[in-house]
Amino acid sequence: MTDLSHIRNFSIVAHIDHGKSTLADRLIQETGTVKDRDMKEQLLDSMDIERERGITIKANTVRIEYDADDGEHYVLNLIDTPGHVDFAYEVSRSMRAVEGSLLVVDSTQGVEAQTLANVYQAIEADHEIVPVLNKIDLPASDCDRVAEQIEDVIGIDATDAIRVSAKTGEGIHEVLEAIVTQLPPPKGDRGAPLKAMLVDSWYDSYLGVVVLVRIMDGVLKKGDRIRMMSTGATHQVDRIGVFRPQMESVDELGPGEIGFITASIKQVRDTRVGDTITHERKPCAEPLPGFKPAQPVVFCGLFPVDSAEFEDLRTAIEKLALNDASFSYEMETSAALGFGFRCGFLGLLHLEVIRDRIEREYDIELITTAPSVIYHIYMKDGSMFELHNPADMPDPSRIDRIEEPRIKATILVPDEYLGDVLKLCQDRRGIQLDLTYAGNRAMVVYDLPLNEVVFDFYDRLKSVTKGYASFDYQLTGYRADNLVKMQILVNEEPVDALSVMVHRDRAETRGRAMVEKLKELIPRHMFKIPIQAAIGGKVIARETLSALRKDVTAKCYGGDATRKRKLLEKQKAGKKKMRQFGKVDIPQEAFISALKMDT
Amino acid sequence: MAEDWTEGGFGLYIHWPYCAAKCPYCDFNSHVARQIDQAAWTRAYLAEIDRVAGELPGRVLNSIYFGGGTPSLMHPDTVAAVIDAARGRWTFANDIEITLEANPGSVEAGRFAGYRDAGVNRVSMGIQALNDADLRRLGRIHTVAEARAAYDVARTRFDRVSFDLIYARQNQSLANWRAELTEGLAMAADHLSLYQLTIEPGTAFGDRYKRGKLKGLPADELAADMYDLTQELCEARGLPAYEVSNHAVPGMESQHNLIYWRYGDYAGIGPGAHGRVTIREQRFATETQLSPTDWLQAVARGSGESLRTPLTGPEQAEEYLMMGLRITEGIDLRRYAALAGDPLSAEAIAELESLGMIATDGTRLAPTRQGRTVLNAVLAKLLAG
Repeated sequence: MTDLSHIRNFSIVAHIDHGKSTLADRLIQETGTVKDRDMKEQLLDSMDIERERGITIKANTVRIEYDADDGEHYVLNLIDTPGHVDFAYEVSRSMRAVEGSLLVVDSTQGVEAQTLANVYQAIEADHEIVPVLNKIDLPASDCDRVAEQIEDVIGIDATDAIRVSAKTGEGIHEVLEAIVTQLPPPKGDRGAPLKAMLVDSWYDSYLGVVVLVRIMDGVLKKGDRIRMMSTGATHQVDRIGVFRPQMESVDELGPGEIGFITASIKQVRDTRVGDTITHERKPCAEPLPGFKPAQPVVFCGLFPVDSAEFEDLRTAIEKLALNDASFSYEMETSAALGFGFRCGFLGLLHLEVIRDRIEREYDIELITTAPSVIYHIYMKDGSMFELHNPADMPDPSRIDRIEEPRIKATILVPDEYLGDVLKLCQDRRGIQLDLTYAGNRAMVVYDLPLNEVVFDFYDRLKSVTKGYASFDYQLTGYRADNLVKMQILVNEEPVDALSVMVHRDRAETRGRAMVEKLKELIPRHMFKIPIQAAIGGKVIARETLSALRKDVTAKCYGGDATRKRKLLEKQKAGKKKMRQFGKVDIPQEAFISALKMDT
Repeated sequence: MAEDWTEGGFGLYIHWPYCAAKCPYCDFNSHVARQIDQAAWTRAYLAEIDRVAGELPGRVLNSIYFGGGTPSLMHPDTVAAVIDAARGRWTFANDIEITLEANPGSVEAGRFAGYRDAGVNRVSMGIQALNDADLRRLGRIHTVAEARAAYDVARTRFDRVSFDLIYARQNQSLANWRAELTEGLAMAADHLSLYQLTIEPGTAFGDRYKRGKLKGLPADELAADMYDLTQELCEARGLPAYEVSNHAVPGMESQHNLIYWRYGDYAGIGPGAHGRVTIREQRFATETQLSPTDWLQAVARGSGESLRTPLTGPEQAEEYLMMGLRITEGIDLRRYAALAGDPLSAEAIAELESLGMIATDGTRLAPTRQGRTVLNAVLAKLLAG
């Protein structure tokens, strides 16, 4: 155990690509925590998806031993937090587990929206913040401008910002010194009852559930019986250790220390991020503040492309859910898509990550239906229920009002694209809350319905700003609006998987766009197919896909038989990827593409 | 029970791989060579006939077909030697049809008498278009006048003469095609092959098309209208379609091609020739060496065959269906079921029938005219079940 005065706990706040992982790698390397020959890039990102996308999904931690210029030996604990808005709650817990943050800003780029959201979390957690300007080796680096921007936009003093190149190693020593001299040591009472925060947890195939903890008060030892304060569940600690970054056993963890425990916990679901861990026998009086159970906000259906793979999908989803308490699922039956699951996610990135993992790790091709948010449906009888799936919409005559979730969106964009961004937000029923400038960049804040954002807002934003905008949001609450369920009928039959909730004023435009898209996406059949958008029984948009008139091979003689048969067999395999709906085959991509809007 | 192939008969296909020039739309196995050793080719064909006949003894031969390439570049003696060799190894049916594909040029016309004397009783001429500009665009080396002259010679030399036209060409209007086909029908004897231009990958047209350089091709709607017009004009002239692209006075259909569509047995000889042959109750798909030189060398070593794949019952059923639905007589449902092991889906049949794509009397299943125009979709539906 290390004396509190010689411990420093910190996190790194940065936008994607601003060099957080590279800086972490460099700190680990500079202190000799990992030998040079064992170095690989982005040590802390353990999942393929994390490494490929350069994002962090699970909190990772590493314990660094550092001999400072003052001659003293320090233990530095870095918690690498998820950087994405979908994981805002997880970030807030990680922030509470440390006392300071390095704010890493790319000196060629400047502050981005995501940096803002996370730095505010750090400020809220009373962190001491050390600004670090990265990528000074690049010719486009402009430290003075970016330092000024940090002061303008974030409001923290950046005159002493450390200038580094995580790539070349320049300035890394200064960062380590700043951690020791500028960040405060943790506080805590070794004699008090155990109070530890559950920072994160994950499933390890050898060890079972691994729990990342920060000890606030007291001492945690191997063999201790512990209690999870939110659920009351008790466990016996069978392993205790720290990350360097590989796991290493220790005898105990004392106040201010960060490490892991295993306690024969079967499911990650049984561990809640932000929960307080104490001793069963001598518990602490109060849990740590701020604990919240995970709440999915975006829902969509996941169906196997090949319906024979439903059971494989079930297994995959169950296994992933074991390791992810924030991911919810229940079985869903769709007339169009067969058996699948309605799944809840923290946000779109979370959705994509889970979908990617199912496709990649379990080799199951998926049809993903349009993401939907949770609507609050207030019935005339005074009851309210949460609508997760437009297919479950009750008879509108029994509904009093529908409320939808709203968000506060912050967008940073170079001013030449501002007009396009404002138009996009306006088109998505946004209400402008704020518009400020910092240099040649504008910061706009909009109140937007989450429903208008979950699907392709981010793609559209990237496309209208050529990738120069950054975007972040937080949920603000629910508000009633004139919302209706729009159905799509293909060949006179409603296709449940294409039903969407829309604002009444936008229904015609959306409906028209969807039926036009579907007309392009559905191949011509031997008969003509009406494609309609309808609200209730009323058709608001209609297209007709004309019948296939010519599809025949002009020449087919003895020498063509083999090739032609193979073509037919390929066609047959391709047909498997279509969903038969009534007499109509709908290609799987139609279920998502139909909803993409060009404006 | 008789072997399945007997329902379709037995034919011999001889592939001649050489052309005077390569046409930009053609994806057949054809080559341009300066010098052709006719004697070497004759020896190779005869050796292959011996080899194949050894495996298919005692058969009655319904047809011989010289295809290519441009078989009218064959010396009449070469053709005669092949026909004689076949006669020596199999019994010729009384009504055996012996067809040779011919280029409608003046040089070829000079050889027609020789072909007739060799035993050829039917020629199929690749006239392709009845205006010179389009012939040039199709890469043909003959003119309309030459074609007409060669055709007239052929009519005097052979009982049965057919010719090909290609339509749905670049910048062709419905009215253009009506005029051209009317002219063609005035010339026609008892058989016509009318093909819609198909852009095949790997051809000069295919490359141009991929680069967006092949403009003015008719859209599906116009192509479909052209097809319908073709059916009407041909029917009115007494040459109804008996297959997707083939029209004949009833009784004058190409017996050889009917073997393919009725899914009989056919031996394929020559470079890149495919066959379907039943040997000891197992049907095989056969292929030969594609390149002329490789094939000649392979034959010299004992066999020109490069691939022999046994076909399962369901594979044969699939082939029978896709070939059989091309012809107006359609397929025998019991024969299909016997090959497949299972009958075709009654539900799919009912749906296609209600759409007017097929007609069935419970024994046979035949495409309607409308069904023939979207045959690929009809097949996909039937095979998906």
